[in-house]
Amino acid sequence: MWRRIRAILVARNREFYRDRAGLGWNIFMPILMVLAFAFIFSGPPEDLLKVGVIRGPDGATEAQSPFLATHHVTFVPVVASAEGVAKVERHQLDLLLDLSDAPGYWVNLESPRGYLAERLLLGAYAAPSQGQAPERRTVTGEALSYADWVLPGVLAMNVMFSSLWGVGFVVVRYRKNGVLRRLKATPLTPFEFLAAQVLSRLLVVLGASLIVYLGAASLLDFPMRGSYAALILVFVSGALCLISLGLIVSARLRTEELADGILNLISWPMLLLSGVWFSLEGASPAAQGLSKVFPVTHMVAAARRVMIDGAGVLDVLPEVGLLAGLALILLAVAAGLFRWE
Amino acid sequence: MDTLIEAQDLVRLYPGVRAVDGISFRVRRGQCFGLLGPNGAGKTTTLEMLEGIQAPSRGAVLFQGRPLGAAYREAIGIQFQATALQDFQTVAESLTMFASLYQRTADRAELIDLCNLGEILGRDTRHLSGGQRQRLLLAIALVNDPELVFLDEPTTGLDPQSRRNFWGLIETVRHRGKTILLTTHYMEEAQRLCDEVAIVDRGRIVAQGSPQGLVKAEFPATAVRLPLGSWPAAEPLPEGAAVRGGAIELYSDDVRPILEHLERIGANLSELRVETPTLEDLFLKLTGHALRA
Repeated sequence: MWRRIRAILVARNREFYRDRAGLGWNIFMPILMVLAFAFIFSGPPEDLLKVGVIRGPDGATEAQSPFLATHHVTFVPVVASAEGVAKVERHQLDLLLDLSDAPGYWVNLESPRGYLAERLLLGAYAAPSQGQAPERRTVTGEALSYADWVLPGVLAMNVMFSSLWGVGFVVVRYRKNGVLRRLKATPLTPFEFLAAQVLSRLLVVLGASLIVYLGAASLLDFPMRGSYAALILVFVSGALCLISLGLIVSARLRTEELADGILNLISWPMLLLSGVWFSLEGASPAAQGLSKVFPVTHMVAAARRVMIDGAGVLDVLPEVGLLAGLALILLAVAAGLFRWE
Repeated sequence: MDTLIEAQDLVRLYPGVRAVDGISFRVRRGQCFGLLGPNGAGKTTTLEMLEGIQAPSRGAVLFQGRPLGAAYREAIGIQFQATALQDFQTVAESLTMFASLYQRTADRAELIDLCNLGEILGRDTRHLSGGQRQRLLLAIALVNDPELVFLDEPTTGLDPQSRRNFWGLIETVRHRGKTILLTTHYMEEAQRLCDEVAIVDRGRIVAQGSPQGLVKAEFPATAVRLPLGSWPAAEPLPEGAAVRGGAIELYSDDVRPILEHLERIGANLSELRVETPTLEDLFLKLTGHALRA
């Protein structure tokens, strides 16, 4: 069995790396994307201060804090204190105001905008009638640029496109031009054939991701605070999941056009709603719920936790387990649906 | 005789069509058996049911007296009519890949020599000529040293030179003891290669036997054709002679008495033609339409 899987794997790999045009495209497209987004988003963000507010028992009103009456400051609700503090550390929030029990606020000492927000806060409490100013708590941390935040998403997106189209198109092409028919006449089983396709694509996806990662590392200065093993696990389980999804799409289709349409139908919602390009925190509950269905969402979230928050292998095990489990289910479905012709 | 493979009343239905409508035959070990017919007659469908690629709607295929099992794929080799090889592989790599899929494999050097692939081993399979490609596909069909080889229209699309070369190749394969089951719509091919043919039309076998036997059974007489102008004007036409297309046709089992008669009456024999009926004529007679419709 392994001999047959290896034979198909080797043939498929050759086909891939000898197709120079396709190979180049697989590598350069995502790098171009990273550069383009770094260019677009490297400018200063909008000129408003953003303050997170943890509500008190009566909700957040001006009665609780005169600061909330300040104009030209966006107040965003924050539920968990730890989450809000982390955002202050990364300059995603300029200040975090906690109105729950003991009133207090967090400010990042390295953030110029944090300094301004703090002056405004203290100004609001300047008159004695306004009561006691909240207690000051400080954090430090470098700003997280959009490019830094988006890079794990771009890597995941690259994995998604490469996984879905890489197997989907190839299998449909094989079916259309008769390669599958020829293989059907040999002792090769569908499982062996699919296993070879999955392994081949996994190697390609990981190789391309490594090149993109190294390319981005040489061009951009982005954080990688967690464990490399964790990051590899996240991308391997995510890729397996998406390759299996691609195999389901290609299990019976005969034309590349239809495969292309269906793959687009699957990939665009994932691209928009998996938090690759923008955070879904402000999105509607329906969109947030939907995003949980997509494997890419979990892959992106786990990759960000590793690269930005410094998560290790144990921290990402829930996502890795989920993705790997889903991959097994999808692969079983693909093998069941698969037809040589 | 020792039957290697047997088709028992095979029927294959497609929506609205009976592509194969009750076909039965036996192929003996070591035989070259041909399925003949025009495009769309059901040859390829029949062949694919025998190959185990398609399941029959009704009927059965027996290999060595038993239904087709998992081991069947190891025992047969197939050259498909329309097939693609994986892109970006050389001839040698394609052979290696297919050889790895089987338990038993033919001797590689011998196979390369047999199919004359030595000079093109390093060539990308996308850049092969029609004849080279067919030789590679035959080599792949033989890569597991199969007992039974299926060839589906192996020479369709080849130029006459390549076709003749390929026939020589198939004869060599046969002499090595392989049983061959082929489809073709070239009468000449069937006459040269096959011990037995079944003529298929509209999903049924309309005649079966050795090519010579079939022709003889349907066309007992040989035709001698002579242009009208070559016949001495004074001589009456003999009984049974026909005038067709500006020529006189005389029929007989034996050509000698006709020739003696012509010589006696002083006919001009310079444009005389003796015509042996072919499978093509037979096909036309049996089905009422030409073979390459």
